[in-house]
Amino acid sequence: MTAKLILSLDGALIQEYLLSKERMTIGRKAHNDIVIDNLAVSSEHAAVITILHDSFLEDLNSTNGLTVNGVPAQKHFLQNNDVIEIGKYELKYLNDQVSQTNAADFEKTMIMRAPVLPVSSPADRPGDTGVFKTADLRADRPVATPNAETSLNKPVLPAAAPLAPPVVVRAAIQVLNGPNAGKELDLVKGLTTLGKPGVQVAVLTRRPHGFFITHVEGANFPSVNGQIMDGKPLQLKDHDLIELAGVKMEFYLKS
Amino acid sequence: MKLEDALEIVAQTHSGMVRAHNEDSIGTDAACGLVVLADGMGGYNAGEVASGIAVSVMVTEVAAPLKQFSPIQRDEASGEELAITLLNNSIHRANASIYQAAQSQAQYAGMGTTVVAALFYDNRVATGHVGDSRLYRLRGESLELITRDHSLLQEQIDSGVISIEQARHSQNRNLVTRAVGIDAEVMPEIHVHEVLPGDIYLLCSDGLNDMVEDDDIQSIVYAMQGNLALAAEQLIQTANDNGGRDNVSVILVKVKQAFAQPSSFLARLLNWLKN
Repeated sequence: MTAKLILSLDGALIQEYLLSKERMTIGRKAHNDIVIDNLAVSSEHAAVITILHDSFLEDLNSTNGLTVNGVPAQKHFLQNNDVIEIGKYELKYLNDQVSQTNAADFEKTMIMRAPVLPVSSPADRPGDTGVFKTADLRADRPVATPNAETSLNKPVLPAAAPLAPPVVVRAAIQVLNGPNAGKELDLVKGLTTLGKPGVQVAVLTRRPHGFFITHVEGANFPSVNGQIMDGKPLQLKDHDLIELAGVKMEFYLKS
Repeated sequence: MKLEDALEIVAQTHSGMVRAHNEDSIGTDAACGLVVLADGMGGYNAGEVASGIAVSVMVTEVAAPLKQFSPIQRDEASGEELAITLLNNSIHRANASIYQAAQSQAQYAGMGTTVVAALFYDNRVATGHVGDSRLYRLRGESLELITRDHSLLQEQIDSGVISIEQARHSQNRNLVTRAVGIDAEVMPEIHVHEVLPGDIYLLCSDGLNDMVEDDDIQSIVYAMQGNLALAAEQLIQTANDNGGRDNVSVILVKVKQAFAQPSSFLARLLNWLKN
């Protein structure tokens, strides 16, 4: 089903508009696709650009602006049930189609064209200057993954392995000798530093498939179970013995 | 102090875990203290073409004149220092080249690229950027974002429509409001910053900062500042461990010593006469 906008005033339905064209304009003048004949509405107030199953709302520098769900907006990616307010009029956006554009597509950097500097001959598309241009129309774009809601900032396993839920393995190191003997350090961060930057550093990194130790700088290379490391990262096993600049530490996994 | 001895530069790029192509391009010229990173957009291989043109045009346009002229001499036309003029002009040249290629060849239609560039000279750095590729600076222990993205998300944050917390979960990421090569004109953002010995500069494509939190970027660059190549590798690996959904590129520049521009004999003489 095509997405639609439902125009109403004070709760009374006025008309339904199917978003059947790539670009539909909203305004006071008669040439608009959605005409709202009210002086609070600019002659060309806003446009809705629909690409596949997704619609974008753009304010066309209107005098009185518009809000989406009560928040003033210039440009907005419309979601099902969004309410656009122009003056006293309400336009409700309905789209029960599962969005084809999900997180994976949004990874792609796209260019958003401002409605200035028309490039191609204007005759091609009369009156159409503001285009949301999806720059990447590659046929081999990655198949849409189901984790559209996943925040991109949270470290998550790629969707390719949905059957293996991330098992959070916890691990720690315990200092065995010297003044800090007995001290325990939980490896909760992605990267834990041993030593002092600029002088002598090794790091312990947590990766999806385990914990690794890497020599970063300094004359002393750490040793693991008596074996002196080279420059490459080494995966740690439960109860491995690390020695760095005379300090002995034990790495162990916590259940 | 020669620039190439004062700066340590490491550049790495990776196509990530999902994409088949790497549309990022990176370029460095240690002799003139220039680093450039571009993240291309466009169908088929057009993204690579756009970012590749941007990097090669910019490196050439900046490096060639600096072999002959001093970066601190004033440009007659603009009144700016040559370094700033060159950086600015190079982005305009890159824009023109990409735009022409896109206009003349159908398979490149609509291609474009972000760029971020840093030109080190006379104890300063001139930065130029278009789009959402970033420049960070680590000074002491704190990592600071030096550039401001030209993106819809940043515009929304600036206008107060959404908070930074909401922005983390926004679906509107990766919509850039400026890019090189998509229009006949481009508006680069140019700034100059003071540089201190010990500073580390990080240029990256959004494949890094979309996948890795700023705090984690900080801890990696800080902990691994003694081994830049390893730091670059670790940044890319972390982005990929977190999903690696985009190409990821990083350029790290460490300032080992001050690099004041040696003044010419004439300048020194004038200075001496003044005193």
